Amino acid sequence: MDLLVNILSMTVPFSVALLLASIGEMFNQRSGVFNLGCEGIMAMGAFIGMLVPFLVGHGGAVAGGWNWLGLLLAAIIGALLGLFFGVIVVTFRAPQGIAGIGLQMFGVGTAGTLFRHFVGGTQSIPGMADMPIPGLSRIPVIGPILFDHNPIVYLAFLFVPVAWYILFKTSWGLKVRAVGTHPRAADSMGINVSRTRYEALALGGALAGLAGAYLSICQVKMFSDELIAGRGFIAVALVYFGHWHPVKIMGGALLFSFAQTIQYNVQGLGIDLPYEFFVMLPYVVVIVVLAFTSRNQKGSPAALGKPFNREIRT
Amino acid sequence: MRHFKLIYKICIILLAVLATLLMSSVILMILGADIWRTFYTIVITPLTRVGHLTEVFVRMVPLCIIALGVAVAYRSGIINIGAEGQMAMGILGFTTVALTLGSLPKPIVLPLALLSAVLCGALWGFIPGILKSKLEVSELLSTVMLNYIAAQFYSFCLRVPLLDPAEALSGAGTPQSARLPSTIEIGRITGRLHYGIFIALVLAVLVYLFMWKTSFGYKMRASGAQSRAARYGGISVERYVTLAMVISGAFAGLAGGVEIAAVHRRAIEGVTNNYGFSAVVVALFGMLHPIGIIPASFFFALLIYGSTLTPRAVGVPANIVDVMQGLIIIVIVTTQMVLQNSYLEDKVRRSIEARLSRKEA
Amino acid sequence: MEEKIRQLRMEHITKRFPGVLASDDISLSVDEGEVLALVGENGAGKTTLMNILMGIYQQDEGRIFINGEEQHFRGPEDAFKAGLGMVHQQYMLVPNMTVTENVALGYKQAWKPLRLDLDMVKRRVEEVSSHYGLAVNPDAYIWQLSVGEQQRVELVKTLCLGARFLILDEPTSALTPQETDELIELLGRMKQELSIIFISHKLNEVKALSDKVVILRHGAVVFSGNTSDYSSSEIATLMTGHEIVLPENKEPDMDGPVALSIQDISVRSDRGFLALDHFSLDVHEGEIVGLAGVSGNGQRELAEAINGLRPIVEGKIEFFGVDIANRKPWYVIDHGMGYIPEERNIEGIVPSFAVKENFILKDSDKERFSRHRFLRRKEINSNAEQLKESFDIRTPNTTTAAGSLSGGNIQKVILAREITRAPKFLIAVYPTRGLDMGAIEFIHQELLKKRREGIGILLVSEELDEIMNLSDRIAVIYKGHVQKVLSHGEANKARLGVLMAGLKEDQ
Repeated sequence: MDLLVNILSMTVPFSVALLLASIGEMFNQRSGVFNLGCEGIMAMGAFIGMLVPFLVGHGGAVAGGWNWLGLLLAAIIGALLGLFFGVIVVTFRAPQGIAGIGLQMFGVGTAGTLFRHFVGGTQSIPGMADMPIPGLSRIPVIGPILFDHNPIVYLAFLFVPVAWYILFKTSWGLKVRAVGTHPRAADSMGINVSRTRYEALALGGALAGLAGAYLSICQVKMFSDELIAGRGFIAVALVYFGHWHPVKIMGGALLFSFAQTIQYNVQGLGIDLPYEFFVMLPYVVVIVVLAFTSRNQKGSPAALGKPFNREIRT
Repeated sequence: MRHFKLIYKICIILLAVLATLLMSSVILMILGADIWRTFYTIVITPLTRVGHLTEVFVRMVPLCIIALGVAVAYRSGIINIGAEGQMAMGILGFTTVALTLGSLPKPIVLPLALLSAVLCGALWGFIPGILKSKLEVSELLSTVMLNYIAAQFYSFCLRVPLLDPAEALSGAGTPQSARLPSTIEIGRITGRLHYGIFIALVLAVLVYLFMWKTSFGYKMRASGAQSRAARYGGISVERYVTLAMVISGAFAGLAGGVEIAAVHRRAIEGVTNNYGFSAVVVALFGMLHPIGIIPASFFFALLIYGSTLTPRAVGVPANIVDVMQGLIIIVIVTTQMVLQNSYLEDKVRRSIEARLSRKEA
Repeated sequence: MEEKIRQLRMEHITKRFPGVLASDDISLSVDEGEVLALVGENGAGKTTLMNILMGIYQQDEGRIFINGEEQHFRGPEDAFKAGLGMVHQQYMLVPNMTVTENVALGYKQAWKPLRLDLDMVKRRVEEVSSHYGLAVNPDAYIWQLSVGEQQRVELVKTLCLGARFLILDEPTSALTPQETDELIELLGRMKQELSIIFISHKLNEVKALSDKVVILRHGAVVFSGNTSDYSSSEIATLMTGHEIVLPENKEPDMDGPVALSIQDISVRSDRGFLALDHFSLDVHEGEIVGLAGVSGNGQRELAEAINGLRPIVEGKIEFFGVDIANRKPWYVIDHGMGYIPEERNIEGIVPSFAVKENFILKDSDKERFSRHRFLRRKEINSNAEQLKESFDIRTPNTTTAAGSLSGGNIQKVILAREITRAPKFLIAVYPTRGLDMGAIEFIHQELLKKRREGIGILLVSEELDEIMNLSDRIAVIYKGHVQKVLSHGEANKARLGVLMAGLKEDQ
């Protein structure tokens, strides 16, 4: 029982990076853009996010405010990279899959380059402190699982219903869904398809940047080349898994982070397998889940991956 | 205006090159590096000494072999970014055979070991291939996941079953295999430059013949160019897409085997060296054609080797090559779309014509 | 209420696309309460002109005036503001949204900063639909609606956004004859309050509805005048530039044995419902069977199921005595099936491949074009030259990418390939959709020639004239099963229309 509580209380905060990134990717895909560069944006976010508290707080304890500034800058850089991707795939209409791979290489490469130059080797930062919710965190079982985390965890989970509301209850959400399903119809109704896609990419990028910074500031409290470790790609897979719906995506994020958490509890579980196999587990789970869900894509945005050109007649 | 089309295309390509250089320069400026000297170190310095040049060719071999495979897959409508993992599996396959059968004579064991590398890579390519064709799993995601899985499996193998007994005895535990017997070695020409380069060149010719001169290649290219039309034309698209990925994996596996046989001569960490990702750039840069891929693989080998010189020469981290590769992919795919955009071309042509006629008037 | 549109004028509109002059110095004008018919063949530039009027395309030259005031439409929203509204030929409705949500996309009054006021939109929809007598359910999802219902939604949507001037692009092309009559009646009522431009190439509709007619050919106005002053055949001649009489099947029945026997098959659509529900049909050698019906009633699924491209849930397909149900496409092809698929650009050809490469799509490993799997370049080239010649394919040379050819020439490439493979049977799905009269004539002649050679043909079409001209027998498909099979002599438009609408004839 303690072991399970232990695993679950890690699962929740560990799912946040995946959750934020995949909700962001959901907005991208709902607008019709498949952004495989998520991984690269996360890497940049993670680097920028940790750079601020690192530079300011050499040696000493860092006031929490610098962490927030790091998160903010990560979101901004993420949004900018999202817009950069927009230039490539919306304005120039480049094929999205391979362009995303390019963005991923660019982001990961740039983060690594700048990291070596400005930080050097492995340097940990104090990072963001936990903020147990008074009262609630004392509840047995539920308390440590749900209410004893850093503030970003709470905000991220609160964002899930907000994302749902944005997508289904606001005019912007309506535009995003229309543009991702039938851009020609949206265009004929006077909706600016490119602009809407840029907006969705900026939001998605900001969330991916934030997700990266969460890893470096709140979860691992340092940056390294292997920090993101495919989470950007898993986030993309989660969007398929969650059928482009924020609540189902949240479920997926928790499932994957559960698989990820197991590697930290190997001994407790008493399973005698080399630890590499536990590290593999989440990736195997992704493939298995994709194998079961890829064929049934009922909720998929019909125009996903298809560039729009008003003047090309069909 | 007679040569408009040609001039237009050249201008677009020049603009693309300029854009790549500019964007890389921005990163270099942030680093406070000397931009000109950095580019000089990466692109020119390696050409100035034979010792450097052989190292460039050493890197060209795996790049070329893998990129040929990536091009076969890409042309068949499936993008292989899993070569990194396929190469790792190839290395394991090669090493296992080399260690178990190493006492046999060279003409038997070397081909067997290479075959094992090919098969292991092919198997690792078969997985995303069959997942895509039977279950519509995006190969972009599955190959990336398989890279991580292969990397972990590789570490495990070097740490446990293949671990060098000497390391186990000394207790240092560096994850690497024992030194392989000389019966599996591919010979060297000069420096570390080895005969594997001829394997790469021969494969380029074979890929050309296969893809453009046989009905297999025709069907694979048709499947990639427009899978619906291919399917309506009676081509078993699923089969050819899977086959393409198997071939692609086999090439990556072979590259791994050759790399061990000729360069490292034991399985160690870091052999794959991001070649799997760089090869995607090489394949695209070489226009997915063997004739383009040979020079492209040389060019990128130059960048990769050149960037290892930058930390000492100009204080720029070697990761700069990843930045440039990412930018080059982005610029290539963007440029292709611009070149294909006949609407834009028409607009530019007409605005120039209008300006010319105004001048005359 | 905003100002009425008393007069709309387009002056000297010119629009170029790469290699095409889509609109060539076109001028027209419509007064209040008038109905203008914009007539012309496929590809004459009607839709382009209307897209310019709606601000979807920008004209290269020319001006647009409303009530004498020049207008600059940068996008459709500007055109809406000026009171224009267009119902496109392919409906501009988002399928997985409700009727209300679709209207809300353009109904900016309901776009509150933090909330989308769907109730307001719904009230507006109900108001408009009761005012014009256009029954729609505001909460229905678009994908649940039939084609006729979707068109009503399009009209309601356009009117909700305040259109006082309606543009209708081929509004009857997907309707049954009866639905067409209803629409014409409705538009007749609406013109009390609105002006209308409608695009058509069906002359009886033009005569029934319009006050003025403008005829376009190759992007230019070749005629404009009052509809009542001219007969249908005069307009028809002006439309094509010369009188084309499409060939008709007047030959006696061949009485051949059964070639293709579809027995009680059921097939699922992409969405998972049964697109074919116990469908049966026989086609004999040497006869053309026309399959009439509103598109979307299972035609696509039928053609794909026969050709091994879609699984068959139950039932049998006998093709010259062999069961080909659920076999691979190559198996069906090797048994002598020829197939002209619906979407010629992506199903019929590989667009980036050269014309000559497309000719060997089905035969790349046959003895003729390859030896030991190595392609025989000379044979491929000479075959291409020969086909280009005999089918009059207009292409600079046979190494040109097939996708860059015009629709008619692409269809000729497909036809040439399918016919010269010497098939024992031919399935043609919408073979002339979107083509001009010259190409249609050519294709009809080729189909009839094949029939004379004793080949059975299953012709799927939504053009009743085409079906009635060519078929020996006509089967009407509705919701995945055969309503009735009529012989050539029994069929007329009214009867087919009743059957296409899903009614039994005694109803």
